[in-house]
Amino acid sequence: MTVTRKILCALLLLPLAAMSATGDLKLDRAPIDGRDLISLQRGAQVFVNYCLNCHSANYMRYNRLQDLGLTEGQIRDNLIFTGAKVGDPMKIAMDAEDAKEWFGAPPPDLTVIARSRSSPAGSGADWLYTYLRGFYRDPNRPSGWNNVVYPNVGMPHVLWQLQGEQVLAEAKQQAEGYMRTVLRPVLDKPGTLTAIEYDRLVADLVNYLDYMAEPAASERKRIGIYVLLFLGVFWLLAYLLKKEYWKDVH
Amino acid sequence: MAEKDPDQGKRRFLVAATSVAGGVATGAVGVPFVASMLPSERAKAAGAPVEADISALAPGEMMRVEWRGKPVWIVRRTRDMLESVKTVVDKVADPRSERKPGELTPPYARNEYRSIKPEYLIVVGICTHLGCSPVDKFRSQPESFDPDWKGGFYCPCHGSLFDLAGRVYKNKPAPDNLVVPPHKYLSDTRIVIGDDTKGA
Amino acid sequence: MAATEKQPVTGAGPFNGILTWVDRRFPLIQLWREHLSEYYAPKNFNFWYYFGSLAIVVLAIQIVTGIFLVMHYKPDAAQAFASVEYIMRDVPGGWIIRYLHSTGASAFFIVVYLHMFRGLLYGSYRQPRELIWIFGMVIYLCLMAEAFFGYLLPWGQMSYWGAQVIVNLFDAVPLIGPDLALWIRGDYVVSDATLNRFFSFHVIAIPLVLLGLVAAHIMALHEVGSNNPDGIEIKKHKDPQTGHPRDGIPFHPYYTVKDTLGVAVFLIVFAVIMFFMPEFGGYFLEYNNFIPADPLKTPSHIAPVWYFTPYYSILRATTEDFMWVLAAAAIALAALIVLSVKSARGKIGTAAGTAVLLAGFSTLDPKVWGVVLMGVAVLIFFFLPWLDRSPVKSIRYRGNLYKSALAVFVIAFVVLGYFGTQPVTTAGTVVSQIFTLVYFAFFALMPWYSRMDKTRPEPDRVTG
Repeated sequence: MTVTRKILCALLLLPLAAMSATGDLKLDRAPIDGRDLISLQRGAQVFVNYCLNCHSANYMRYNRLQDLGLTEGQIRDNLIFTGAKVGDPMKIAMDAEDAKEWFGAPPPDLTVIARSRSSPAGSGADWLYTYLRGFYRDPNRPSGWNNVVYPNVGMPHVLWQLQGEQVLAEAKQQAEGYMRTVLRPVLDKPGTLTAIEYDRLVADLVNYLDYMAEPAASERKRIGIYVLLFLGVFWLLAYLLKKEYWKDVH
Repeated sequence: MAEKDPDQGKRRFLVAATSVAGGVATGAVGVPFVASMLPSERAKAAGAPVEADISALAPGEMMRVEWRGKPVWIVRRTRDMLESVKTVVDKVADPRSERKPGELTPPYARNEYRSIKPEYLIVVGICTHLGCSPVDKFRSQPESFDPDWKGGFYCPCHGSLFDLAGRVYKNKPAPDNLVVPPHKYLSDTRIVIGDDTKGA
Repeated sequence: MAATEKQPVTGAGPFNGILTWVDRRFPLIQLWREHLSEYYAPKNFNFWYYFGSLAIVVLAIQIVTGIFLVMHYKPDAAQAFASVEYIMRDVPGGWIIRYLHSTGASAFFIVVYLHMFRGLLYGSYRQPRELIWIFGMVIYLCLMAEAFFGYLLPWGQMSYWGAQVIVNLFDAVPLIGPDLALWIRGDYVVSDATLNRFFSFHVIAIPLVLLGLVAAHIMALHEVGSNNPDGIEIKKHKDPQTGHPRDGIPFHPYYTVKDTLGVAVFLIVFAVIMFFMPEFGGYFLEYNNFIPADPLKTPSHIAPVWYFTPYYSILRATTEDFMWVLAAAAIALAALIVLSVKSARGKIGTAAGTAVLLAGFSTLDPKVWGVVLMGVAVLIFFFLPWLDRSPVKSIRYRGNLYKSALAVFVIAFVVLGYFGTQPVTTAGTVVSQIFTLVYFAFFALMPWYSRMDKTRPEPDRVTG
C-alpha cells in the first residue's frame, strides 16, 4: 500500500516539476473600471481621435456608445468625424493594401483586440495598458519606434506628443533572490502630459477598448445575478420535491 | 415499499411549484431566442432615414428611393396630373385619407393631393393588398383594366388601381391608399424620407 | 397484444380524453411505461449517475441554440468572423445564445467524461452492457467530430490553424494521405470550401447521427437495465407478486425528480460560467480566436480546445526517440501475451503481429505513429468490455491493483490534458511520454491486473 502511494505521489509531483513558469514578460495591471462612465467616455474620445484613423472597429456601431451615457446627438456631434451615420459601424477610409505598404502589416481591427490580447500573463487590458506605455525610440526601426511588449512592432508611437519620448535604459531588478540588470524604457524628453496624466489617459483608452471588445459584458453580469437567484429558488424546490418523493425509498 | 401513506397534498404542491418554476425558466429562456428573430441593430441602421435629391426630377417623371428595403416613389406631378386627382374623386375609395390616418397618411399629407407640396407625391410603392409593387401608368388613355383611365398606378399582381395621389380605386382587392412615409424637406431640392421631426 | 382492447388513459385529469384518443393510435402509454413509469432502475444510484440525463440536457441546449445561431451565422470565409461578432452585438439576445452554445460545447465534454468515468468506476461496460458502451463510444467519437467541425466556424486564428493541423493528420496515412487531406479540405489549404463543408457536417450530418445514436444508447440501456454502484444485477431478485426487481424503483417519479435536482445544480454551475466567465480563462473560448483567421500567420502558441488536449499530448509525445521506448513496450507486451496464452496459434500470431508492428516502427515516420497512437488512444476504449477480466464489476469490490491503476490513469489523462494546452518544452515532452505509456498500460495490462486483483465478494443485494 505504501509503495503504491509513493508511486502515486511521484506521478503527481512529476508534472509539477515540469510546470515551470514560462515567459518573462511582466504586464502592469490596467487600473480600469467598466462602470466608470466618465472614464469610458474619455476613452472613446481618445479612441476616435487617435486610433480610428488607421485602425477600424468594424463590428462596433457608433450608436452603441449610448451604453456610455451619451445621446445620439452627442455621439454625432462629438465622436463622428468621418461623415458616417450614427447607426454605422466604425469603419475607416484607409486602404488595407496601402496600410500594408506603410506599416508592414495592415493595422488590425480593434473591436475585439482587448479579448484577443488576454494571456496567462494578464488580461487583454493589462497587455494594452503596458503596450501603449511601452514605446521607446529605436533608430533601427523604420518607424523610429519599438515596443517592450511587442518587439519590432510596425505601429509608430501615435501618442508620443502626449507621453514624450522614452529610451531603453539599464535598470536593476529583483528577480528570484538576486539582482539582475534589465532594459527598461525611461522618459527621455517629456511630452505635453505628465507621466500620471498620460497613464490616466491610456487607462481611459484601455477601459474603452475593454468595453468595446464585449459591450454586453455589464448586461451579462447583471442578468447573471437574476438567473442565479432564480436558479437558487428552483434548486430549493427541486430539492424539497426529491426529498419528499424519496421518503418512499428504503 | 412505503411504510405510511405519503402526504399527497404536499407532493402535489411541490410538483406544481417545481413545474411552475420550470415553466417560468423556460419562458424566460425563450425571451432571447424570440428576440433574436427581431430586426438586429444592423437592420435598424439600414432602416435609418434616407436623403433624396430631387433637383434633377423633370415634371411628369418619377424616381425611386430605397428606404427600409422598400421602394419609395417621388413623382413630380404636372398640372394635368394634379387635375386628374380632382376628377377621379368619385372613383376612389378613400378620397380624403380618412382610413387609418395614423398608419397611412401623416397629418401634413392629409389633404387633396396627399402631399406637403402638391407638385411632389411621395408614397411607398408597395400595394396595400399583398405587397407587390404597382407599375406606373401615368398616361391618361383607355387601358384594358379601365377604359376611362385618368393616369395612376396599376398593380400587376391582382389588378388594384391607384390614382396619382396614391389613392386606391373602389371595388379593388387593395383595401387602402398607398402609404405616405414620414418625410420632410431639408431644402427645395432635398428630401429626407423616414424622418419628419422638426429641427436639426 | 393487438387483440386486447387498450384501457382508457386515467390519471391525467382533463387530458384523459385526448390521451386516450392518441393512445388508440400510437403506443403512448406503452412507451411511457417502458421508459419511465415502469422502467425499474436500481435504487442506489449515486452522484455519478446524474451525468447521463445531464448529457441529454446539454444536447438539447446545443441543438436549440444551434438552430438560432444558424439564423444569423454566415458560413463564408469573408463573413464568418464578422457574423459571429454580429451575433454578439447586433442580434437582440444574440450574445446569450452564443455563450450558451460555446459554454455548452465544453459542458458537453465535461459531462460526457464524467459519464464515461462512471462506467470505469462501476464496470458499466461489462457483460451484458457491451453494446451500450459501444454506442456510447460512437457518440463520443461523433461528439469529437461535431466539436472539431464546429470549432472552425468562428473563423478565428485558433479555428483556422486547429483545423489545418488536424486535417494534416490525415496526411500521415500511408499512400493516400496527401490526397485524403486534400479531399477533406477541398482546397490546398483550409479555405472557404472547407468552412462550408464543415458547416454542413456540424449542423446537419453529425447531429442527425448523434440523435440516432442517443436513441440506440438509451434503448440498449432499457433493454438490459441499468448497472449500479454495486455492479450487481437487480433483476436476479424479483418480487414474485409484481415481477419487479426488489432493489428497483420506477424511474418516474423517483429518478425524474432526482435528475431534476441534478439539472438544477448543473444549471447553477453552467450559469456561473456562462454569465461571469464565458471564456473560462481561455479554455472555453481561446483568446487567439478573437483574431480573424489569417492563412499567412500562425499564432505563436496554438493548442486545441481543452477536451482534445490529452490526445494532442500523445501526438506530440511521439518523437523519434520515443519510438524505441514504444518498441520495447511492444516487445514486453508481446512476451507477456506469449507467456499467458496457451494455444500455439495464439503465441505464433502474437509473435508475427509484433514483428509486423516493429517493422512498421522502423519503416514509417514517427509522424504516422503519432497519429496512430492518438487514434488508438481514443479507440482503445471500445475494447474495455473484453480487456477487463475481473470477477467483479464495481470498484467497491475490486482490490488495490485496479483502484491504483484507475487513479494513475485519471492522473495521466489530466496531466496529458494539461501539457496539451501548454507550449512544447523538453521537460513537458518527457512527462507527456511517461504518461502516454501510463495511459496505454492501463488498457494493455488490464487483462492481467484485473484478474490478479484481490477482489472482495459482491453482495447479493444492493447496498446503500
